[in-house]
This record gives sequence, C-alpha cells and structure tokens, in this order.
Amino acid sequence: MGSSNEKMKFDNPVIGWIDERMPIFTMLNREYGRFPTPKNFNYFWNFGALAMFMLVTMILSGLFLAMNYASHKTLAFDSVERIMRDVNYGWLLRYIHANGASMFFVTVYIHIFRGMYYGSYKKPRELLWILGVVIFLAMMATAFMGYVLPWGQMSFWGATVITNLFSAFPIIGDGIVTWLWGGFSVDNPTLNRFFALHFLLPFVIAGIVFLHIWALHVTGSNNPAGIEPQTEKDTIPFHPYYTSKDLFGLTVFLLFYSFFIFFAPNVLGHPDNYIPANPMVTPPHIVPEWYFLPFYAILRAVPDIGIPFTHIVFVGAKLAGVLAMFGAIMVWFILPWLDTSPIRSAVYRPWYRISMRVLVVAFILLGCAGYNPADATVAFAGFDTHIPWLWVARVAGLYYFGHFIVLLPLLGKYEPRVTMPPSIYDAVLAKKNKAK
Amino acid sequence: MMNMSKTLAAVLLLSTLAMPAMASGDAEHPPKMDWSFNGPTGTFDRPSLQRGFQVYKEVCSACHSMHLLAYRNLQDIGLTELQTKALAAQITVQDGPNDEGEMFDRPGLPSDRFKSPYPNEKAARAANGGAYPPDLSLIAKARHGGADYIHALLVGYEEPPKDFVLGKNMYYNKYFAGHQIAMPQPISDGQVTYADGTETSVDQMSKDVAQFLMWAAEPKMEARKQMGIKVMIFLAVFAGIMYAVKRKIWSNVEH
Repeated sequence: MGSSNEKMKFDNPVIGWIDERMPIFTMLNREYGRFPTPKNFNYFWNFGALAMFMLVTMILSGLFLAMNYASHKTLAFDSVERIMRDVNYGWLLRYIHANGASMFFVTVYIHIFRGMYYGSYKKPRELLWILGVVIFLAMMATAFMGYVLPWGQMSFWGATVITNLFSAFPIIGDGIVTWLWGGFSVDNPTLNRFFALHFLLPFVIAGIVFLHIWALHVTGSNNPAGIEPQTEKDTIPFHPYYTSKDLFGLTVFLLFYSFFIFFAPNVLGHPDNYIPANPMVTPPHIVPEWYFLPFYAILRAVPDIGIPFTHIVFVGAKLAGVLAMFGAIMVWFILPWLDTSPIRSAVYRPWYRISMRVLVVAFILLGCAGYNPADATVAFAGFDTHIPWLWVARVAGLYYFGHFIVLLPLLGKYEPRVTMPPSIYDAVLAKKNKAK
Repeated sequence: MMNMSKTLAAVLLLSTLAMPAMASGDAEHPPKMDWSFNGPTGTFDRPSLQRGFQVYKEVCSACHSMHLLAYRNLQDIGLTELQTKALAAQITVQDGPNDEGEMFDRPGLPSDRFKSPYPNEKAARAANGGAYPPDLSLIAKARHGGADYIHALLVGYEEPPKDFVLGKNMYYNKYFAGHQIAMPQPISDGQVTYADGTETSVDQMSKDVAQFLMWAAEPKMEARKQMGIKVMIFLAVFAGIMYAVKRKIWSNVEH
C-alpha cells in the first residue's frame, strides 16, 4: 500500500479530482482490483475474507447490543434478557453475536490450519504469520471477556477459573489476580472493566488486521503449490476472479452460520449460563467455550514436574499447566524457524502431510478431553473403554508439542524430496491432466 | 474438495466422541418427547400453553417466581388484552412514591411483572426448609434436556430403592442429579380443572407446564424459526446464483 507515483485516469471527474489529491481509488484498484493473485487457490483461501467478515459482523452486532446492555452485576443478566424479550429484534442481535463468536473462531482455526498446511508462514511471510498469531491471542482475550458479560453462572465461574490461572506464578501471581479483578474476587469492578475492554479490543484487532493485510500485500499470497508466481501466466487479477469466489464462499458460509442463529442458537453455549451468577454456588462442571477446549485440556493434562518416584517437585502442576497452555500458542510465534524445510506446501512434503493430519486429530482429541470432566473415561455409544480422557489429553498434548518442536526441525532434514513443478502454471496444468 | 469433505467427516466423527459425557452425574436421561415446537418449523401449541399457564398459576406459583414475565406477555399465548388486565388486577403492587412522598398499593397492570411468592431469596429459603425454589422464567433453557427434562422431573417421583438413604425433608426423583430433591411431588392427578375438558393426569399437566415454560424461556422462538426459513431459502438460492456467476467469470481461465 502507500502512495505511488503511478496514477490512474478516471472517467468520473469527481473520482478523478479526489484521486489526484488522495489516490485512494488508485490504491484500491492496485490492491483489490488488478492485484495479481495466484490462480490456483483452493477454497481454503476463502477463510481470511470470511474471518474479516466475522470481525465486522461482531463489531456491528456488538455495538447495538452495547446500546442496550447494562454492565452492573445487579443489572447485567436481566438487561440481556430484556434484549431477548423487549428490544426489537434483540434476540436476533444477540444470537448473531453469541454464535458469531463461534463462527469467528471456526473461520480463524481453518485459516490458521491453511497457513500451516501450505507453509504460508515461511520466508518472506514470517511477520505476516506473527501478526496473525497476535490477532488470535487478542481474539481469545476478547471472546473470554465477552462470555463474562451476560453474568450467568458459567460467565462468573469461567472468569474465576481463568483469572485464577495467573495466581500460579510465584510471588507476583496473587497480586496480578487482585489487579485483574479490581478487588478480592470476581465482582462488579471485574464486570465493568471486562465490558470496557471487550468494547476496545475488537478495534485493536481491526488495527492488527490492517497490518496483517498490509504485510500480505507486500509479499502477496501464498498458494496451494507453495511456489512464488513468476510470470503473468501464474496469476489473475483479484477482481473479478477472487471477489466472485469469495462472495460465493461467503454465501455458503452464511448458510452454515444462519443454521445456528435460527435453529440451534444455544447448542454452542452452556445451559448454566441461563442461571444468574451466584458466587455462593459452584456449578458441578465448569467448561469454557468450545474454542478454548484444546488449550484447557493441555492446562489440565500437565502433572507435577519433578523427579519420578520421589516427592521432589520442580514445577507444580498448576504452574506447569499454565505455562504449557500459553506455550501451546507461543510456539506458533517461532514456527517459521522451527520448520527447516525449504519446501512450503504439504502437497510436496509426503511426511509433513501426515504429521499435519495427526496434528489435527490430536487437536480435536484435546478438545474432546477438555470438554469432559477431569476424571471421565472415554465412552461412546454406551460402551466404556476405561481409558481416562486425562491420558488421551497427555498423549495428544505430547504429540502437539512434539510436532512443532521435534518433528518439524527433523522433517526438514530427512523428508524425501519430491519433484516439484517449476511454476504455478505448470502445477495447474499437471492437476488438470491428472483430472482427465 | 474430496479431501476437505473427508476432513470434515473425520472432525464430526471425532467430536461425537465427546458427547456422551453430557449426562449430569448419575441421573437418568429424560425421555425425548414429541413436542409441537420441535424441528425447524415447530410452533407452540396455544391450548397447551394456556393450560400450562393455568398449572403454573394454580400450583407452581405458590413457591416459584417468574420475574422476567409480564402479564401483557400472555397475549402471545392467546389471552385477550381484557383477560391479561383481569389477571393483573388480581395482584397488588406497591408503587410510588406519590407527590406526598408516600408509597402506595395499587392493583396490578398488564405491564407489571408476575408477582413473586417471596420478597427475597432468604424468605423463600426460610419458608422451604432451606431450599430455594428457582425462578422459572428461563428454567427450560437453564437445564440440559430443556422441556424434556422438566416433564421428566415432574413425572419422575418414585419410591427410593431399598439401600438409598434419603436426607431429611428430601424426596426421591430418578431424573434429578443425585436423586434427592427438596421439592415434594408438586402435582397429582386431577389437581386442576381444565376449562377445555383435557384430562388432568400428572403426565398431561407436566407436558402442558413444560410447554409453557419453554415458551417463557424462548418467547421469540416462532418468529426466529419463521425468519430462519426465509433466510435459508434466500441464501440457498443466492449461493446457487453466486456459484453460476463465479463459474462464468472463471470460464476463460485455466485453473
């Protein structure tokens, strides 16, 4: 982006007048009009635009909810119910927003998977990737604080459990927790500051998204072949090719999203959050929202770290769990340097292709483990396998970290080389011939 | 595309692994009922809602509040404005202060919320041996199983098994988590008289009150589903058009 000397001619004199003084239309045309884009995108490349759509949807629906919401512990729960009952189309706004959080995470998780599978984080796109991880962290904070606002039982106890994690840090831990709460328990000051931050953070996210897209437009998009475009035969203009493809994808995505809004608006939530917050009654089973479950499972899976068969403990289970949980995302920051393979796309990496699929399975198993109570065993269709979910979480968690820290550096060295097409155009031709 | 659908299928399969643990403790699963509001085009059964309201008013409301509902809301279940006025007028509401600064009592208006049986939680506990009868406004959304669970709970009272030790002032219910519930069996056969002549078995009354509580928890459900059908049809057609547009635009590109 930024200004360039090369300016377009416009037929419309008003647009021409503006563009001479501030070349916004030249910029739009360069970045979204004729912007040369690899011609071989598959539908995984729709999810960045979908995530952008969700960010805007969340900010807009949230704005109108905020106009009717009262962030006080005695009013919050009933003000949400007033939105549901007495505000015109308030139920629609709230279900758009509540399910929108889940949809935002669906799009972003697929977007992150796409980035990993096709090696989009590799040189020269490391900074683009890192900005994306920052966006994901900001989204987690925003979603967590948003879930507290209805001030139901799960809001209250989820906030209590998650903020208490910081008490695991020695010496400063308790001080941090009191500082976060604004008191000595989750209470009215906590609710108020979470509302303020929940309103602010989406705009911070929008700012980082701007940087993310800026970085993207410097390097250009990666593509399923993982080969940089070389000639004009490899690319097509962004408009109308990818605008039309993104719009089709958006419509299909909206069908999926609408199913939840209109026909299953509460399946992704928890019934306990329709019970007003009560500091005197702890729910029997506190679970975070589904999009946090894999990380929650890692948190619970870590035991005391010490010398086995002795009572010597170096790091207690709580602190170790918290470090592992944060580490599970922090490891993404150094992903571009952990992966030593010169090849980007998993399409031309036979072993990486397998390890990525196992990673997805491990991540989903971690999610299932996080959903179940800490002492539950794996059971399906009424058959109890007597395998504790805790052990599933430990195995899956070890694979999760092993994939990034052990497998990726080794794969770069030992993975067999596959002959690659010399260009995107050749990759497209090869695929076409194969289909015939 | 083939790979993506395979991946999606695997994700769904794996996710179902997590589902069985939904059960709360050792309580039995409530049987699935064939409610009129089930499914994407389901609507509430108006006569059943009115009977359910009658059961709530004559039985449940002795202990359970529904503070999110106003008498005017009952027009949604088919009561006339006059009927809601008459119902509201049966209660006394403290209002004020007036111009002299005094609080005063007046008859209820349709805009008043349902009157709670107890002034506060402490009073409710004191009158119920320490147990708190929960507010019922949202109960159908605040319990796993929803209306199925409410119906099951109301018909789930039975004699405890021989080796089961019941606490003092507790009752055995096979659908309640832990099986011990402080609420005695609230309804018995023939307890109310329905104006429309419907039989007043425990099962029938439980169905009616569960239907009523589902409406109370989600009063905009019918509007939501009706809009949903229109939205889905529009989006499905629009997706088809957009697919055709995309194919037309891409037809001159090798890809």
